[in-house]
Amino acid sequence: MATVTFDKASRIYPGQARPAVDKLDLHVADGEFLVLVGPTGCGKSTSLRMLAGQEVVDEGRILINGHDAAGIPPSDRDIAMVFQNYALYPHMTVAENMGFALKIAGIDKEERASRVVEAAKLLDLEEYLGRKPKTLSGDQRQRVAMGRAIVRNPQVFLMDEPLANLDAKLRVQTRTQIASLTRRLGVTTVYVTHDQAEALTMGDRIAVLKEGVLQQVGTPQALYASPENVFVAGFMGSPAMNLFDTLLVDGGLEFGTATVRVGRKTLHRTSAKKVTIGVRPEDVVVSASGQGLPVTIDKVESLGADRYLYGHAVVDGGRVEIVARVDEHAHPKEGDNIVVTPKPDHLHVFDIDTELRLNTHAVEGAA
Amino acid sequence: MTNASSLTITSSITDSTLLDLPWNLPLDIWPEGAIATLPKGLSRHLVRFAHLGGYVVAIKETSADLARREYELLRTLRRMDVPCVEPLAVITNRTDDAGEELDSVLVTRHLKFSLPYRALYSQALRPETATRLVDALAVLLVRLHIAGFFWGDVSLSNTLFRRDAGAFAAYLVDAETGNVYDTLSEGQREHDLEIARINIAGELLDLAAGDRLDGGTDPLGVSKGIIAAYRTLWSELTSSESFDATERWRIAERVERLNNLGFDVEELAIKTDDDGSRVRLQPKVVDAGHHQRRLLRLTGLDAEENQARRLLNDLDAYVANQDDAESNEEIVAHEWLITVFEPVIRSIQRELMGKLDPAEVFHQMLEHSWFLAQNEKRDVSLAEAVGSYIDTVLQHRRDEATVIDPPTGAFTMPIALIGADDWRDRV
Repeated sequence: MATVTFDKASRIYPGQARPAVDKLDLHVADGEFLVLVGPTGCGKSTSLRMLAGQEVVDEGRILINGHDAAGIPPSDRDIAMVFQNYALYPHMTVAENMGFALKIAGIDKEERASRVVEAAKLLDLEEYLGRKPKTLSGDQRQRVAMGRAIVRNPQVFLMDEPLANLDAKLRVQTRTQIASLTRRLGVTTVYVTHDQAEALTMGDRIAVLKEGVLQQVGTPQALYASPENVFVAGFMGSPAMNLFDTLLVDGGLEFGTATVRVGRKTLHRTSAKKVTIGVRPEDVVVSASGQGLPVTIDKVESLGADRYLYGHAVVDGGRVEIVARVDEHAHPKEGDNIVVTPKPDHLHVFDIDTELRLNTHAVEGAA
Repeated sequence: MTNASSLTITSSITDSTLLDLPWNLPLDIWPEGAIATLPKGLSRHLVRFAHLGGYVVAIKETSADLARREYELLRTLRRMDVPCVEPLAVITNRTDDAGEELDSVLVTRHLKFSLPYRALYSQALRPETATRLVDALAVLLVRLHIAGFFWGDVSLSNTLFRRDAGAFAAYLVDAETGNVYDTLSEGQREHDLEIARINIAGELLDLAAGDRLDGGTDPLGVSKGIIAAYRTLWSELTSSESFDATERWRIAERVERLNNLGFDVEELAIKTDDDGSRVRLQPKVVDAGHHQRRLLRLTGLDAEENQARRLLNDLDAYVANQDDAESNEEIVAHEWLITVFEPVIRSIQRELMGKLDPAEVFHQMLEHSWFLAQNEKRDVSLAEAVGSYIDTVLQHRRDEATVIDPPTGAFTMPIALIGADDWRDRV
């Protein structure tokens, strides 16, 4: 069991103007499942490698269980870097497959056996320990592979895009398995992915990175409901949040022909005449009053009970793409013109210059 | 037969026969006619072999993104002169006749005379062979790391081996988990080494569990060997040394040591301290293939490093025996080629040509000739040695020109297990 702390940790590659990881401040609690997410080049894998001891920490520190990890070689960090592809060997039994790495580590036979049995219990594989992998189902084999990492009893699991090689269906299946397993084990886990959906479904908390800088860290709900800046707002969630710039007017802001009320405190946080606003597709409603933002529908996508309307509007002379999720009772068609407004209190307001959030909560009661 | 109109092919070759393969069928049901041999290869994805034009290709079904990524990675590695398989094409937008989407594929050229490690024993893998394989893999890993490539899944299964005058030359086959960086940190290199050690141990323990490992082989000991072999070579190629300014001969000595290891030094950093009494020396850019390049320059022959060393030794002995010591090296080398090397190769019947590649034949023939002379305590002529070698050695060997990857022991999550039965039952 362990905590992990990045204390203003930076990685600066020689000859690069911008640090790959820039003063990262992040605390991972004991037993927590933390996801590092961001687009390619955001520094998430570098951060993970710094923790694993594979990258130098140029500035700041990384603490494992409160102890500075500097100078501790990777092999002594008691960290398991779970790699993408554990091979299972066909002539070895499930128990041998799970335990052979312990043999390499020089752990005696009794200890090996007890750890393997313990892991097998957790993985519901006890009755298969004497079998060869060939006789197992795909799902069972996957659990054996995970058993290889578990028997090491590491303090921290590190996973760098472990599902990148899988097809979409297997990815969904495996991510559920990994998340539930690590929770049962209670081992602190740092998981890296570029896929925001994976982050939202797996993490206890999520840290969003962009260009080496931590943008926001919080629960999936908090990130989704109250993104702290325009980047997080646009990155988390699919289809992405509708984001565009609009004018501030008396009592609120302009949303097409409607004025949407915004708290005075929010408005006082900016001196600009415009703000960037965001509305999630599920928070876009077809206006009953006819007041709001006129949208021309380009495409309708039906997904069971819901349908997504993909359209465009003209805001301040520029074209803005708009996505709305409506229920089955709404029947707009391709080419239709509709008028939309945001659900009350479901509007995200950002400073047009700093791109930082201006209103405290978009949704009542959100963290 | 193929629904070629919908295919998207990115290819480094201009061979139109690529279009003749049945891309409209999932790989696992390709007809016998299209498949080179029955065994399915084994990795995270389905791999099969097919005849294409005059050669054999490996076809791997995977996602479009992964196929493109691996294609580019392999191209990059080849540009950096790292031994790896040759990527030929990426084929995306495949559909079957009913219009259902099929996986994209990566096509690579089968490396002639290369062998998967599981094809390197008849009954059981011997300890010397295991050690040579691991040594070859260590050289490959050092070369990859110098090029900035982090492999992420170093293993015997992900490597092909070519015979190399008593040793092996290793080629990277699967780059799927890898990535190229400007340089690798020590931690990254150590991580790759640790992965190598665990994978090799697993592969050898699996052979042992299947009764395919010679009793004298210690799986953990052999797998650990990669660390020592890697570190020794890495240190020779990259470490700095400091010596008294009067010992300048040590510069030439270091270069010679590297040459003997098969590396050319492209760039050396030499610094003296302020008063000029000490010199610090560090190789900056080294290039594998010292003997290969010399052999190629002198004779046009393309061989592996140790084969090249062996052939050059014979060539140098030939040069030394010439009366005209003044004659040009290139001219004498050409003479050696047409009077020594080529007659040996030409004397091998066509049906035996697929047994071994010519440079390896020549090396083995030299060995054979030496043993003959030792046994009979007399000089043995070249013609006699060749005849004896062909009769007693070569014709009893199996063909190794196209030994297709057998269904190897290892399989990886979460792809379905492919038969673990012995490949020998199938070929």
